[in-house]
Amino acid sequence: MATQTLLKGETTARRTTVFMKVLMASTGALFVFYVLMHMYGNLKIFAGAKAFDEYAEHLREMLVPILPYSGFLWLFRVLLVVALLVHAYAAFTLWSRANSARPQRYAVKSAAKGAARSKMMRWGGITLLTWLIFHLVQFTIAKVNFNGAFSAEALKIDGHASTGMLVVASFKLWWVVLIYLIALVALGMHLFHGVWSGAQTLGWTNSARSRKLAHTVAHLVAAVVVIGFAVPPLAILAGLVTGK
Amino acid sequence: MNLTLNIWRQDGPNAQGRMVTYQLADVSEHMSFLEMLDVLNEQLVEKGEEPIAFDSDCREGICGMCGLMINGKAHGPEVTTTCQLHMRSFHDGDTITIEPWRATAFPVLRDLVVDRSAFDRIIQSGGFISVNTGAAPESHSVPVPKAKADRAFESAKCIGCGACVAACPNAAGMLFMGAKVTHLGELPQGQPERWARVVKMVSQHDHEGFGGCTNTGACADACPKEIPLDVINQLNKDLLAAMRVRG
Repeated sequence: MATQTLLKGETTARRTTVFMKVLMASTGALFVFYVLMHMYGNLKIFAGAKAFDEYAEHLREMLVPILPYSGFLWLFRVLLVVALLVHAYAAFTLWSRANSARPQRYAVKSAAKGAARSKMMRWGGITLLTWLIFHLVQFTIAKVNFNGAFSAEALKIDGHASTGMLVVASFKLWWVVLIYLIALVALGMHLFHGVWSGAQTLGWTNSARSRKLAHTVAHLVAAVVVIGFAVPPLAILAGLVTGK
Repeated sequence: MNLTLNIWRQDGPNAQGRMVTYQLADVSEHMSFLEMLDVLNEQLVEKGEEPIAFDSDCREGICGMCGLMINGKAHGPEVTTTCQLHMRSFHDGDTITIEPWRATAFPVLRDLVVDRSAFDRIIQSGGFISVNTGAAPESHSVPVPKAKADRAFESAKCIGCGACVAACPNAAGMLFMGAKVTHLGELPQGQPERWARVVKMVSQHDHEGFGGCTNTGACADACPKEIPLDVINQLNKDLLAAMRVRG
């Protein structure tokens, strides 16, 4: 509401919308690091399902014996979940603020890039969140095999259920690949604006040179992540990767 | 030229508004946009109708008083203020939709007039420097590096018209605030109150009901004074520094 009053009492930076953006930017930076690592890990499928499984196993053995088996992995998972909650909380808070900041829309919708980008981040973010739940159920929580052509036996290597084989079986289905490609488009656009926006929020874009650099890095990260994630499913669908 | 005008009419702050269509004939392309509205108002008065209320003052693009949403663009199709927009930017037969700035923090008072005193209160909360008044000090007693002086001047060009808020998809006032924070933050005189300033201004901004920034750049595109987007970066940077300095 418009107030007609000056704010009384102590003000604190931690209660401002700009601080919300800082929370969003710093958790976003963690996700950028994470998706780059994840993408790199996925490429292991080209070395076969066995190598892929070994890579996953190594993640569980990280920092052992300082940490117990799977200790690092769980710490990192908790960190990611907390970061996701903070990221989404800040996003929804700012989204609802933006809606109440302009309850009466313009009769002529401006074709400005501004409106499109905000929509892209918000609805794109929701697309990603929905897909993320599907993705986690499919490959981490329940390990669901949608491909009837692969029996439970076919998904095993040396008597153990192989995540690598599950990946191969899953991406032999065109519709699974399609879901992932749609999610990748959303991820690419989210990164494209998010990386630049994060740099601006964290105060790193004060000169023409640093602004240009932030834009270049944003383009590069989006391109590398999208291509890096898209290649394994497409290669599997094309029959170039069999998992053996 | 002959124009069809769709104009927002609203009798008062709490009245229900509506779009009204007017036909205006023989508009000269040399008229300014506001002169075109003056002509329409004369015709309305002759017919015994209420003229359309809109803000204007200097009509030379320096006071920041005027500001209309013209076909979905703040201040219309050119990079200038509404008063410096001329009818040569339009064509015969055009339909022009004219709306007031839309933001919770800028409530409509009447027709196309909005209350922008929220900006005044943001300035009042921290957009100043404290000095003992009296005789002007010798201007060269405090040296300012050229680059900083230039950036301060570039930011000081803000006329507070509110186009940034109007164009922003979130109705945020960040470009306005960023301009003031950068203007004063680049100068020696602005340093003593620098960290308190940014926190107070952003807090007042949020209190007024403006939205948050999503770094879309729509504000900088709409700004008639071409304030660059990096003043928002400066604002963010100063707020982060304020957290370190003030805790």
